[in-house]
Amino acid sequence: MTSQHTIRRRMAATTPVLLALILLAFVLAALALGDRAIARMAAETLIRVTMVVGFWVFVGNSGVVSFGHAAFGCIGAYVSAWLTLRPEMKATLLPGLPELIAAADWHVLPAALAGGGVAALVALLTGAAILRLSGIAASIATFAFLAMVNTIWANWTPVTGGTSSVVGLDRYVTPWVALGWAVLAITIAAVHASSASGLALRATREDEVAAAASGIDRYRHRLLAFTLSAFFCGAGGALMGHFIGVINPDGFYLSLTFLMLAMLVIGGVGSLSGAVMGVLALSIAVEVLVRLEKGVRVGAATFALPPGSQEIILAVAMILILIFRPAGLMAGREVMLPARWVAGQTKPEN
Amino acid sequence: MSLQLLFDALALGGIYAIAALGIALIFGVMRLVNFAHGQFIACAVFALIVPSTDALAVLGLGALPAPVLVPLILMIGAGLAVLAEALVFRPMRNASPVALMVGSFALGVALQNLLLVLYGGRPKAVSLWAELGQPVQVGSASVPLLQLIVIAAVVVILAALAIMLRKSRLGLEMRAAAEDFTMARMLGVRSNRVISGAFALSGALAAVVALVLVAQTGVADVRMGGQIMLVAFIATVVGGMGSLSGAVAAGLGIGAASALLQAGLPAEARPFRDAFLYGGVILVLLFRPQGLFAPVGAKPRV
Repeated sequence: MTSQHTIRRRMAATTPVLLALILLAFVLAALALGDRAIARMAAETLIRVTMVVGFWVFVGNSGVVSFGHAAFGCIGAYVSAWLTLRPEMKATLLPGLPELIAAADWHVLPAALAGGGVAALVALLTGAAILRLSGIAASIATFAFLAMVNTIWANWTPVTGGTSSVVGLDRYVTPWVALGWAVLAITIAAVHASSASGLALRATREDEVAAAASGIDRYRHRLLAFTLSAFFCGAGGALMGHFIGVINPDGFYLSLTFLMLAMLVIGGVGSLSGAVMGVLALSIAVEVLVRLEKGVRVGAATFALPPGSQEIILAVAMILILIFRPAGLMAGREVMLPARWVAGQTKPEN
Repeated sequence: MSLQLLFDALALGGIYAIAALGIALIFGVMRLVNFAHGQFIACAVFALIVPSTDALAVLGLGALPAPVLVPLILMIGAGLAVLAEALVFRPMRNASPVALMVGSFALGVALQNLLLVLYGGRPKAVSLWAELGQPVQVGSASVPLLQLIVIAAVVVILAALAIMLRKSRLGLEMRAAAEDFTMARMLGVRSNRVISGAFALSGALAAVVALVLVAQTGVADVRMGGQIMLVAFIATVVGGMGSLSGAVAAGLGIGAASALLQAGLPAEARPFRDAFLYGGVILVLLFRPQGLFAPVGAKPRV
């Protein structure tokens, strides 16, 4: 007889597989439509899945809202740009780079890994300080971190190009590359969530005092999750840079923070499936709204939403979801196979 | 020079203090970190001009004489805040502070984009009370008249607010609600009245900030509330969330610190002034997570 515990574990293991299959189906459907714009939308959506899943690793498990994760995207994008841009270009665009980086001409994959790695390192250092705080104070400190990174990036012109954009990034990110990263992020997030550390972290989310009384070191588990989540936000930022081809500090500031938070809240902070579904739902909604803003022909008349209404509709949708479905679309549940499918052979007992 | 610096610090700090007070008032009664406060400020700014996406701004309400204009804009700010409370925050009354925070963030985005749709994205030149820019000789310093008016207005507002909170019934109820909301309700404080009152005051304070900003910069920009809200927000936290006097003190302190940093930092480090400021905030939080002037109820009880 398979024990209840084993069945639960198997069910939990089906979550990342199912989510990956859903994303695969999404890519295939987008490519089957044969529209270039839709294929681009699919790639962008999957990059966002990478970032939001990374974001969820910290926010979902710890229950601490971070406003600072867009900054990790910024760091990842710039690190990847520094490492992959052709040296001649860097000499003119970013004259202040140190010798070693100025001469670097890396392949895009190690550069994306390095982008995530540097973001994770920064998270480890800042998190070591910020995560000593809890609750609203921690959230505000991450906000201060975001504002700090943005100020530095917007003004350190010789190294970051300042507020003028860095251009000419190799646009290698296809839906398939983005799918690979998204699936990797989901897998790692699922492994982390079901690990002892992830479980301990969720215990602190439910009740800080009780968790501490059970001997859980809140700080250590939070720091681990913060670092891990920064890695995927950094890598996602690098992908985003190489997807658009142009990066700018303000592309990784309040609007990205809002978008990531909105996706997470609409999908449901309580589960990994919520993070993924939130991105899918919101990205598809945005695509539809953008098309409506451009105008839809109904018979002879063209019907178009006024420009800018897209954000208003999204924000209103977010408020409505917060009011009527505070736990999000998935309400903390995971996508998983039902118990009897994974229970295996049950031997009749004598 | 040093007297000049003192006036700069006082005027900037005063504005930060008023903005921080607007955030602290709401946090005190309903534990809501109001991210939409900056957009309340922006909305009050744009209420001055006629809606159009043209580059040239046409003063609508802004053309009225000051004795009519100032109360009117304050009422618009207060009305907007009360409306936001009734539509967005009242249905979320029992949500967690985090959900409330995210909700206010969404409200801010909605308001900002509403302004974008109505007024277009380009900053517009608005000349409101341009004659106040003239310098006045005070001792060894020559100070713009506006700066003196701002400092005086801040003093008057703070005094009026202090008296209101101490003497009036609404003020008493607000302080009771900030202390312990459940207990206050049990003792007969009507929650809707207190919360609406706090929002109205907060919106009026946002309108004050808006008027000063427009008069100072001569620009109406959709994004103009954001920067000041960020600072105000940080002042509220540093001062101790929920402590009104703490918010005022921290607002003044941050204003003074940034005026001093602006004057004291070497030229090549000056663009990074705000980075130093935010770094300082993180440091303060690390040593005093409850803020510098934490109210008694701020520590979670077990």
